[in-house]
Amino acid sequence: MNQKTPLYEIHCSLGGQMVDFSGWQMPLNYGSQITEHHAVRRQAGMFDVSHMGVIDVCGPDAEVFLRYVLANDVKKLDKEGKALYSCLLNPRGGVIDDLIAYRLDPEFYRLVVNAGRRIVDFQWLAQLAAAYRLNLIERPELAIIAVQGPGALEKLSPLLSHDLAASVKALRPFQFLIAQDWQISRTGYTGEDGVEIILPAESAVNFWKDLLKQGIAPCGLGARDTLRLEAGLNLYGVDMTEETTPFESNLEWTIDWLDSTRNFIGREALAKIKQQGIERRLVGLIMSEPGVLRNHQPVWHQGEQIGEITSGSFSPTLGQAIAMARISGMTETASVERRGKMIAVKIVKLPFIGRSVHEHLPKRITL
Amino acid sequence: MNTYPKELLYSTTHEWVRIENDQTITVGITDHAQNLLGDLVFVELPNLNKAIEMGEEIAVVESVKTAADVYSPVRGSVIGVNETLQNMPGNVNADPYGEGWLFKLKIIDKNELKKLLDAQKYQKLVESHT
Repeated sequence: MNQKTPLYEIHCSLGGQMVDFSGWQMPLNYGSQITEHHAVRRQAGMFDVSHMGVIDVCGPDAEVFLRYVLANDVKKLDKEGKALYSCLLNPRGGVIDDLIAYRLDPEFYRLVVNAGRRIVDFQWLAQLAAAYRLNLIERPELAIIAVQGPGALEKLSPLLSHDLAASVKALRPFQFLIAQDWQISRTGYTGEDGVEIILPAESAVNFWKDLLKQGIAPCGLGARDTLRLEAGLNLYGVDMTEETTPFESNLEWTIDWLDSTRNFIGREALAKIKQQGIERRLVGLIMSEPGVLRNHQPVWHQGEQIGEITSGSFSPTLGQAIAMARISGMTETASVERRGKMIAVKIVKLPFIGRSVHEHLPKRITL
Repeated sequence: MNTYPKELLYSTTHEWVRIENDQTITVGITDHAQNLLGDLVFVELPNLNKAIEMGEEIAVVESVKTAADVYSPVRGSVIGVNETLQNMPGNVNADPYGEGWLFKLKIIDKNELKKLLDAQKYQKLVESHT
């Protein structure tokens, strides 16, 4: 398990510190994670996310099938060019994966899933799909490049034809377009404006080089992690797993209950859990003392452990340690145990920083 | 590329030592160590006058990625700490052997320094692991 994306060589030539991530050789940073983080918040940065899985769902039953396997309702995608974020749940309401579903055509949806879950997801879906008229097709020959930041579109535009650039600018969050064999969507994992571009592997290197010439900073997985954490976006495997429900993962908004006849996988379990009451929730922690919060540090309140940090780090934007933690009960303050010492933290609502894309565009437009 | 200044001594746990005089040394983490850690955002330094055993955890350096203990290369007591790192932990990345020094020790027995590696041996050690 040491797979390489089409951009592997160029990462190495740019000084990328290559690490194993879910069986893929990916750049952690190209020198300074913090500089890369700031590049995305202040101007524009780009990420190779070709390790993520693309699964196409094609056939007359594609919609019916996705309405059954996804907790969010693809029915909301009332036309081509719209996408939504959803959990893939097991029958217990645990999260198998989180993904984005794109509607390319009434009989053609595309799912983009986490690198570490692509095999699990595909097997799960394939086993369920047997009864439906559709094909599930993995697309390993596609590369994905995310261009993110307040200046992302401006820097990207000169690389596109005039008309295409205008169309991309007109996209709202979670909308996308298809231009020949490229898919350009107004989505991301940083809390900034920007796009994610799915393109044929053979075009990826030249496009990456063009983006570099436009002054877009190459950014590694390190910056990707601190950016998503500041933006309050969950990371699969730490902030949510098959053992946690969307309720406990700050993702209740992604469960679509509206159509009572839609008996999606996990619905029954979630309804029961909701009725019984939800004990744990995912919150934000901010530490004003210097230092860094880390995954799995215990969270305490009034002498009792109320939970633990699911992902902790340091926020380059705030200059403070931040974390997501799963805790029981309602409190505004708590302590985190670090190297045997208790350190006070403040409990806050996620995200930690406003999403600049939302300052001028409506929130969650497809919901 | 990592640098290994010839005038310094090194521990196998990636600290460097500069001998200031018969009684005083300055300690920091090596270029290799700061490279592995990535951008430092916090340095926890020892209290002044603290007595330290050889190999004892004396400081903590934290990057965005991870936290690492710093071990005392010899016995001694703390006679100085680099306060500027409280506000500028990135100095350890930018200048590990200069502005990024961590603490100064008054040592007990200079013979203990003989157990440390010279630049060439330390470089070999690093390269055998990479």
